[in-house]
Amino acid sequence: MLVNRKLILAHFWLAFGGFGLALLLGAWQMFVRSPLYAWISNPEWYYRSLTAHGTVMGYVFPTLVAMGFGYAITESALQQRLVGVRWAWAGFWLIVLGAVMAMVPVALGRASVLYTFYPPLIGNAFYYVGVVLVVVGSWIWVALMSINLRVWRREHPGEPVPLAMFANVAGSYLWAWTAVGAALELLLQIIPVALGWKTTIDAGLARVFFSWTLHAIVYFWLMPTYIAYYTIVPRAIGGRLYSDSMGRIAFILFLIVAMPIGIHHTFADPQVGAGFKFIHSAFTALVALPTLLTVFTICASVEIAGRLRGGRGLFGWIAVLPWKNPIMLAVAFSFVLLGFGGAGGLINMSYQLDTTVHNTQWITGHFHLIFGGAIVIMYFAIAYDLWPHLTGRALPDLRLARAQLWLWFVGMIVTTFPWHWVGILGMPRRMAYYDYADPAISPQAFSVTLSAIGAIILLISGLLFLFILATAHRQTATEAGAYRFSVAVHPPTTVPIALNTFALWVALMIGLTVTNYGYPIAVLASRPDTSVPAVYVGAQ
Amino acid sequence: MTVQDGHHGAEVAERTEKRWAMISIIIIVMLVLLAAFAGIHQATMPQARVETTDPARLHLSGEFVESNLGTAAEADGTVTVRAIGQQYSFTPSCILVPAQTPVTLRATSADVVHGILIQGTNVNTMLVPGYVSEQFMRFEKTGDHLMPCQEFCSFGHEGMWGKVKVIDKTEFASRAKNRGRLSCVGE
Ligand code: HEM
Ligand SMILES: [Cu+2]
Ligand SMILES: [Cu+2]
Repeated sequence: MLVNRKLILAHFWLAFGGFGLALLLGAWQMFVRSPLYAWISNPEWYYRSLTAHGTVMGYVFPTLVAMGFGYAITESALQQRLVGVRWAWAGFWLIVLGAVMAMVPVALGRASVLYTFYPPLIGNAFYYVGVVLVVVGSWIWVALMSINLRVWRREHPGEPVPLAMFANVAGSYLWAWTAVGAALELLLQIIPVALGWKTTIDAGLARVFFSWTLHAIVYFWLMPTYIAYYTIVPRAIGGRLYSDSMGRIAFILFLIVAMPIGIHHTFADPQVGAGFKFIHSAFTALVALPTLLTVFTICASVEIAGRLRGGRGLFGWIAVLPWKNPIMLAVAFSFVLLGFGGAGGLINMSYQLDTTVHNTQWITGHFHLIFGGAIVIMYFAIAYDLWPHLTGRALPDLRLARAQLWLWFVGMIVTTFPWHWVGILGMPRRMAYYDYADPAISPQAFSVTLSAIGAIILLISGLLFLFILATAHRQTATEAGAYRFSVAVHPPTTVPIALNTFALWVALMIGLTVTNYGYPIAVLASRPDTSVPAVYVGAQ
Repeated sequence: MTVQDGHHGAEVAERTEKRWAMISIIIIVMLVLLAAFAGIHQATMPQARVETTDPARLHLSGEFVESNLGTAAEADGTVTVRAIGQQYSFTPSCILVPAQTPVTLRATSADVVHGILIQGTNVNTMLVPGYVSEQFMRFEKTGDHLMPCQEFCSFGHEGMWGKVKVIDKTEFASRAKNRGRLSCVGE
């Protein structure tokens, strides 16, 4: 029962429109810093572009996808009309306003601070206020997810919350809390300086606040993808979900362990002592658990589909899977990319190995592989799956969708594998120009060229994706039926209260954040000698 | 595996699932133990203490005054390198160190966040203004390494490359006799 289709479509179109523009910038960056382009006459343009690309890809695009998908889940999984539609639109327009407000100073070169902010470099205040508005808009969505679940519970006392909604609300709570770190940094530290009310800032404390957001935000990016693994994939390929409870446990684990580990982003920083670095490093290992559980459950669910289609033997079920189905293709690609990306993640997680790759191109290669690859390819799948229900029209041609997914998969590998490699060779990140004529840098030239070719493939795939979605609006009308989620092999009739509610888990999430962040933040905040003069971008 | 809807099927499914969960937990415990072991028994450990310094007064007094930057030979046979990063260069821009000698790098930033990365090694640290970064390193072989700034530090970031020159131990010792602070700037 998708009633508020316009609302959901607005979120998806704004998300994918922004994605298309940012993708264009990404491909341009890849090109100008490669040996294919001689010399960027004004490197400042590169940093404008990079700030825009990072801000849109990191903050605006995934947030809008999570929101639009969340509204769709609320109406279809709970089978009730969305409560608070006006508020939902208010949240949407806040994000539009925030995104425009942030991007204008970026385009003018007044806020080339990159999406990680890192003071004491300070840009135009409108950039930061715009980012805050985007977050506030998304917090409205968080509140709506919670309210809608409450309304449903009142009418269905004691019933198990559908897994899709359970996961969606878990993701929204995770986001609400993880965004607090950057919000504190922006409101207490950066914006007062950007407005000129203060001229000094504690750069170390700001990095700790940002790390609070920076780790768990990646799990927020990942939520729609994991929800799709559990609740779309088994249904779309004609199988069953192996275990409903395992899904709940995985999402609860994300809620708890994604938060208290962010200090691993400051492994190489001087303002955090060794003790908390070790604690966060150990906790970081835990975050692999929900992913390992998910890989098992989803592979088992896919196997069920294969067996139901008559597949036999140890591997026979793989051949009979519906490979022509874009969702099947997307999940397979996503798992391959997740496997490689996960291996890279284990490397980053270890303090000793991280020192060889920290802030090199390895890191950018890594997060493009996981985020741009494994995660975003499932955003495509979600869109393909939902689109007929939102537009009332079938997708134009599944061959196009398959080609698009293939291009993205191949493009990601061609782009990110050499990207990792030059990182190992020591190529630093975020530079507008590299002197490939230097004998110490010239061995990287070939790999960077390969990455740039991969970028073209990705750009073609991204544009094809937008083309498919746009032309779908002009197909002949069909009745897509109700939007459904996967059914478990053993659908839950009763669920233990711990797997059906959030109070305990949210308390744990907050509690663990306080124990793992409270002390480092309190120590830095109370030291009088750590504030340094702000350096305003463009002032030199 | 077969698709069974009965009670028996549910039990089998649950047992398989539990076994996998145990395997996952064992993998993770192993990883943590491995990291702890490597941390305790190998050289690379994060800096133990947090030290602060005022970036506005670096040039006036304290260990990062210009005359104290560069490589100093210590009485115990080790060397200490002091360096600062500023938009858009390192001082000294070429760091001179002896091979096969314990080296302590102490560095900080005079303005925004920078980073030091020595290519071909695992020396890699952030320079955050207000704080002192300390790293212990040791170069086995002589030769040159590039040392780029690895964090965006505004519009000239792409031009912020330093160098590390590793020379023979005895050559270093003879050069250290004549002067207090060594570097390879201009070589
Ligand atoms: C055509 C495909 C893409 C290309 C060629 C591309 C290229 C790039 C490049 C060259 C950088 C700068 C890296 C550096 O200089 O350190 C970058 C940064 C970034 N990219 Fe992409 N990108 C693409 C797609 C994506 C996608 C799909 C996402 C996520 C949805 C994404 C997220 C980011 C983020 C968050 C940053 C910021 C990193 C930073 O500030 O260091 N990119 N990208
Ligand atoms: Cu992280
Ligand atoms: Cu720099």
